[in-house]
Amino acid sequence: MEDQHIVSAFDRDLTELNRMIAQLGGMAEQQLAAATELLDARNPAPIDALIAKDKELDALEFHLNERAIEIIAIRSPMATDLRRIIAAVKIASVLERIGDYAKNIAKRSRVIINSETNRADSISLTRMASLVQQMLNQVLDAYATSDADLAMDVWDRDQEVDQLHTSMYRDLLAMISAQSEVAEVSSHLLFIAKNIERIGDHTTSIAEQVYFLVNGELPSDDRPKADESSGANKDTDKGA
Amino acid sequence: MSEKTDPKIKIEARGVEVFYGEAQALHGIDLDVNANQVTALIGPSGCGKSTFLRCINRMNDVIDGCRVNGNIAIDGQDIYSAEIDVVELRARVGMVFQKPNPFPKSIYDNVAYGPRIHGLSQSREQLDHIVESSLKRAGLWAEVSDRLLASGTSLSGGQQQRLCIARAIAVSPDVVLMDEPCSALDPIATAVIEELMEELRKDYTIVIVTHSMQQAARISQRTAYFHLGNVVEHGATQQIFTNPQNQQTEAYISGKIG
Repeated sequence: MEDQHIVSAFDRDLTELNRMIAQLGGMAEQQLAAATELLDARNPAPIDALIAKDKELDALEFHLNERAIEIIAIRSPMATDLRRIIAAVKIASVLERIGDYAKNIAKRSRVIINSETNRADSISLTRMASLVQQMLNQVLDAYATSDADLAMDVWDRDQEVDQLHTSMYRDLLAMISAQSEVAEVSSHLLFIAKNIERIGDHTTSIAEQVYFLVNGELPSDDRPKADESSGANKDTDKGA
Repeated sequence: MSEKTDPKIKIEARGVEVFYGEAQALHGIDLDVNANQVTALIGPSGCGKSTFLRCINRMNDVIDGCRVNGNIAIDGQDIYSAEIDVVELRARVGMVFQKPNPFPKSIYDNVAYGPRIHGLSQSREQLDHIVESSLKRAGLWAEVSDRLLASGTSLSGGQQQRLCIARAIAVSPDVVLMDEPCSALDPIATAVIEELMEELRKDYTIVIVTHSMQQAARISQRTAYFHLGNVVEHGATQQIFTNPQNQQTEAYISGKIG
């Protein structure tokens, strides 16, 4: 916030919202990193802690919503201030959702780790996850610095995640057809891949909010999409 | 708040400059005011918004040492041309002020005053009709119909302001100018006036000066932001309050140190 408000308490309110988004974003990043590490390490020990931590994310998102409502009621924000508050509420909701996906990845990882057909070929998954983590990290930076260009860079990079997801989907499908005994584990891997792909989509929606916050309008061009796993390259935002 | 068809331009101001003696208050204002819309003029104190408002019915003429350059046309007619009868102009362009200022006369006479001096009625029945319909349009009839002979100053502040609106519209103006009409009223009386303005704009073009950002956002279709005697930004109200294009406008409406 380069311009200061005459009412300095309003500045403090907005700073607090930014701080909460940073905190929520940090938690979502940690949860995602912890969830994707489970499979790499084949270690189920941190799963329960990860699942428990999701409640903290939920609580913080709820608290942010409450603060946003208070600020709107008390300060009657206009223009960029109003957009910043609305964007914060929407971004918080997306970060909370990313936490849910991380939790779901953890639960599915437990099944895979405990299964007898414990498979090791999750290289594409690791690649996808690290890409999405970078995107999430970058989009949170874009929010913190109100950098619409950086946000649009994240927006463009989701294409690569979609391509990786499509290729994983095909491989796993082929594997299930060839070896029915790995069907259960492969199905969980499929869902984990889908979860990561969805986190990529949610990250692009944060990028859109950052663009909206800075420019007062949503980005005009359609985001390039490369996820073909849903059949006819449909709108990936609708989910699986 | 979007309008269905392209609105007609009612007031066209071009290069309006106002001097109070040596001091220049307005530096060449270009502004179009659409018919049957509410246009809000906003800006910090001393920015020239009230000065501009008073140019629209030549109220500045009565201020010693005040000089107006440029053009203001209403329905294409230059209101500063020699043929204009200023008294008639002020009937066409009514004004409501910050503080309600009813005459120390009865409610009836407050409203009947304008039509009488402008000779708008031929009979007592006609005058009764004008008073009743004006009070109805101003949303005051139900509250005063049984005490029309009571003094206008006996009414509450909000009622007095609606009486002033009734008085302004009794002479069938085209344009109603309002200079902070709600700043002396409580929130309920303010809401009543705001609701009334939405109704009145069907018949009149309204230009309002307000210091309340929320009020400008609620009631107007167009907003002009004045700063140091210039119009810095003018556009659809929705645009001005959600995504202003000018940094000064943004700073002002967001309450920032400019």
